[in-house]
Amino acid sequence: MKESNPSLIRPSDKSFFPYIFTALFVLAFVDSWRRADIDPVVFFEKKGQEALWKFLTGMFPPDVSWNFISLMLRPALETIQISLWGTLIAVAIGFPLGLLGTHTLAVRGILNDAELQGAPVRRGMRYGLYFLARGLLSLFRSIPEFVWAFMFVRAVGLGPFPGVLAIGVAYGGMLGKVYSEIFEAVNYRPLEALQSVGANKLQIFFYGWFPQALPNFVSYTLYRWECAVRASAILGLVGAGGLGQQIEISMRMFNFNEVLTILIILFMMVAAVDYISAKTRAML
Amino acid sequence: MSTPPTRNSCETIPAHRGRVREGRTVKNLLVLAGVLMFLVWSYYGAEIHLSQLLSRDSFGQIVIYIKKLFPPDFSPAVLQEALKGTIETFAISFMGTLMAVVIALSIVFFASKNLIYSGLLYELEPRQGWKRAARRVPYLAAKSVLNILRTIPEMVWALIFVFLVGLGPFPGVLALGVHTGGVLGKLFGEVLEDVDAQPIESLQSTGASRLQILCYGILPQVLPQFISYSLYRWEVNIRVAAVLGLVGAGGLGQRIHIAISLFLENQLLTLILAIYILVTAVDYLSAYLRRKVM
Repeated sequence: MKESNPSLIRPSDKSFFPYIFTALFVLAFVDSWRRADIDPVVFFEKKGQEALWKFLTGMFPPDVSWNFISLMLRPALETIQISLWGTLIAVAIGFPLGLLGTHTLAVRGILNDAELQGAPVRRGMRYGLYFLARGLLSLFRSIPEFVWAFMFVRAVGLGPFPGVLAIGVAYGGMLGKVYSEIFEAVNYRPLEALQSVGANKLQIFFYGWFPQALPNFVSYTLYRWECAVRASAILGLVGAGGLGQQIEISMRMFNFNEVLTILIILFMMVAAVDYISAKTRAML
Repeated sequence: MSTPPTRNSCETIPAHRGRVREGRTVKNLLVLAGVLMFLVWSYYGAEIHLSQLLSRDSFGQIVIYIKKLFPPDFSPAVLQEALKGTIETFAISFMGTLMAVVIALSIVFFASKNLIYSGLLYELEPRQGWKRAARRVPYLAAKSVLNILRTIPEMVWALIFVFLVGLGPFPGVLALGVHTGGVLGKLFGEVLEDVDAQPIESLQSTGASRLQILCYGILPQVLPQFISYSLYRWEVNIRVAAVLGLVGAGGLGQRIHIAISLFLENQLLTLILAIYILVTAVDYLSAYLRRKVM
């Protein structure tokens, strides 16, 4: 909580903010209520209650016949496969772009100070690359993976492959950003020491920079893999393979007991992946 | 005060940090071999065609697709539609997050141990087994409700609510509210179980009742973090709200669905730009508000 030096706080800021904020909040609330067609009464009307009842009773008991479960086995495995390769591609995209998008690696800091001193053109080019990488990363991660998946389905056809590409691109953007934050946060002492003994840039990177960043790097990547499993499980809703496709089919056929089975499978899968990932992280 | 997690993390903050242990070469090699086999198996399972992707044929297809996206369609009708979708998406995420906060707040106090059956507040109570057990019932119930809400992804909730209340933005609000309610419930619960005990002790020593302790000792401590987490989830939700329309729950996603299905690539780019602007704007707004609160 910030309440340090009263002389630093401008009175005008303090006095108007709550009023303006409240007014805007109320405005947004009223307008959003109207725009989002919010209608809680639906659940108390006969039609809504009937639908709710149909859904709840339809879910139980879950369909655990071997016939259905064996049918779900392949999509479940496919989900894991999609998440694995999606994350790999994300690393392949995020790592180089993250490096270029790291301020201290690309344009400033001890690696570049001596070289770029008095070379404005080269410095400008480096800055160009830096902003290009940052812009690409931000573009990749701002477009949701669902939209990527939808576009890749158009570009490469239905199936798990567009799912892999979608996760690769969207998560590449997120990983790249976090990687560059990790790289910025390293301790500079070892780097300076390496430089003073005459190591070249590549050596400084591999012996000074990378070992420091590696644990956080792996840990965050694993964590993203967990997210990728959740994402790839539902990317199928737009035709990109995995369990999502089955959920949609069962939902459209009103087979809610199958939906429940798939959700249970999904739950167990996510729990298993979380467990593996946590174990691996603990080993780091 | 712990910093909120990075904006893109999907639910919780990764716990890590440690040191690499040495001298387990054989085991490491075995693990490596296993991972490689796993990767190869996945490569075929996921029907990946990297070589084909990089071949001139399909790479050309992607280039053609990208070319079709340009220039974005800025005709007044499309812009108006995009604006309408953007505002609708904003409304869905806003109402969804508010609903989530309401759900989380109404459940979380039952789902944190130190408020419901153990710790300082209950130390003085005579140790009657059955009373304790009875207090555990709402705790376990609240915990499992939060888990169920959280485990089912937003998109699946959206599918369910589209079935229950029909197409439109309303099921989107419900889907976001219910899923995020579970997530926020978990995050809020962690904050609550983590409060500083000293103010509680001093309040207790002055003879304050449990309700008074909650209002004057606990809530003031946790409120800034509650707000910060809610803002952070709002940032996540604006992204989700932008795609909920793909399953029929309104907002920009619905328009994207139409644009992609009808091969209106130029309009698609306009809508994607709208998402980009909206997401960036909300990120800045949320960061600004967070600075104000913390």
